[in-house]
Amino acid sequence: MPRVRTKPDLQDRLGALMVRVGIRRMAHLVVPGLYCVGQPDPASPVLVTANYKLSFDALRFALHGASAWILVLDTRGVNVWCAAGKGTLSTAEVVRRVQSSRLAEVVSGRELVLPQLAATGVAGFKVRRATGFSVAWGPVRAADLPAFLAADRQADEPMRRVTFTLAERLVLAPVELALALKPLAAALAVAFLLGGVGPGVFSLGAAAARGTWLGLALLGGVLLGCVGLPALLPWLPGRLFSLKAGLLGLAGGALLALLAPAGGLERLGLVLVATAVASWLGMNFTGCTPYTSPSGVEWEMRRAMPAQALALLAGVAAFVVGAF
Amino acid sequence: MKNFRYLEDKATLALDRDLCVGCGACATVCPHGVPVIAEGKARLADPGACMECGACAMNCPTGAITVTPGVGCASYIVSAWLHQAGLQRKGPGCC
Repeated sequence: MPRVRTKPDLQDRLGALMVRVGIRRMAHLVVPGLYCVGQPDPASPVLVTANYKLSFDALRFALHGASAWILVLDTRGVNVWCAAGKGTLSTAEVVRRVQSSRLAEVVSGRELVLPQLAATGVAGFKVRRATGFSVAWGPVRAADLPAFLAADRQADEPMRRVTFTLAERLVLAPVELALALKPLAAALAVAFLLGGVGPGVFSLGAAAARGTWLGLALLGGVLLGCVGLPALLPWLPGRLFSLKAGLLGLAGGALLALLAPAGGLERLGLVLVATAVASWLGMNFTGCTPYTSPSGVEWEMRRAMPAQALALLAGVAAFVVGAF
Repeated sequence: MKNFRYLEDKATLALDRDLCVGCGACATVCPHGVPVIAEGKARLADPGACMECGACAMNCPTGAITVTPGVGCASYIVSAWLHQAGLQRKGPGCC
């Protein structure tokens, strides 16, 4: 029975950092199966989690000083909520893991504590029917587990509710930025080429000078959509993410246009490009929030995407035509 | 979370009170406190806060509460559209 540490060491912290910035994110798997912390006896609680490094770490570090069994499911290295949504953290996986770990021979109790957010993929009553283990829904956050266990499996209202604090919003920004990096590099190359187009057909000097401004509009749009929107989310007006982020892009683009040594059309182009890019990426952040419904997101996308595409095309066109 | 509201009337959440046995599983697992138990049965106290995670429907033993669950990010939805239109061979996915 592997016993795991409940205090993070340097390797844990480095690994967490790499996962957060998107370096070999999928390489941080925990081998599924039964683990323990402290000195558990057959009556100790059984806590279930995903085999994503940050999920497993959040759980074991919350259990410092406690004794418990940890049953790690095979969720393909994905966190509890996302895996439950995507079907890898399922009733079938819980049943399979309870049986393959021969949990019934290790513990005397017949109860599993599952994180509340696993309920999206796991039917508690079916787990009980299939294994004889009943499911107690633990708190949303592993940090509340000691209080939950001390209160005889009772969670108060705040333990049952998801939150979306500034830190929770910003911790996702590095991965979003890393994912945007590849398309951004391609877009910057195109910006350089378009910047060189002018009365003399193509000029490298213009490509460098004008292409830089167009590139800055793109970069600004990416930063405002991926970092600005999450940071300022509660204070931006409206409910549509495309609108909130579009307003940020508009402000950033306008600032850029004021600074750029360019004509009116080119300035308009910079504003439109920054607005369109920020709006699209901001809308994509709906996938990172714990409160947007897919039906609502699809409704918003059907209305926002034509406007975003039009703004991008019109912006690029205005910028290119402005050189003549 | 009260500072964060998305579009109010778009979620596909529905409750059939005749089928409800009042077990309270939906009220326990909902991360937004949408269903509550009142007078022995579930009631949708705040349907506008539903994010369609599907936890309530998954844990309802009688099928009284239903919702079409899904992944709520733009990349995934675009990917699903492309897949439906036959422009993307593999199934929908995102990050």
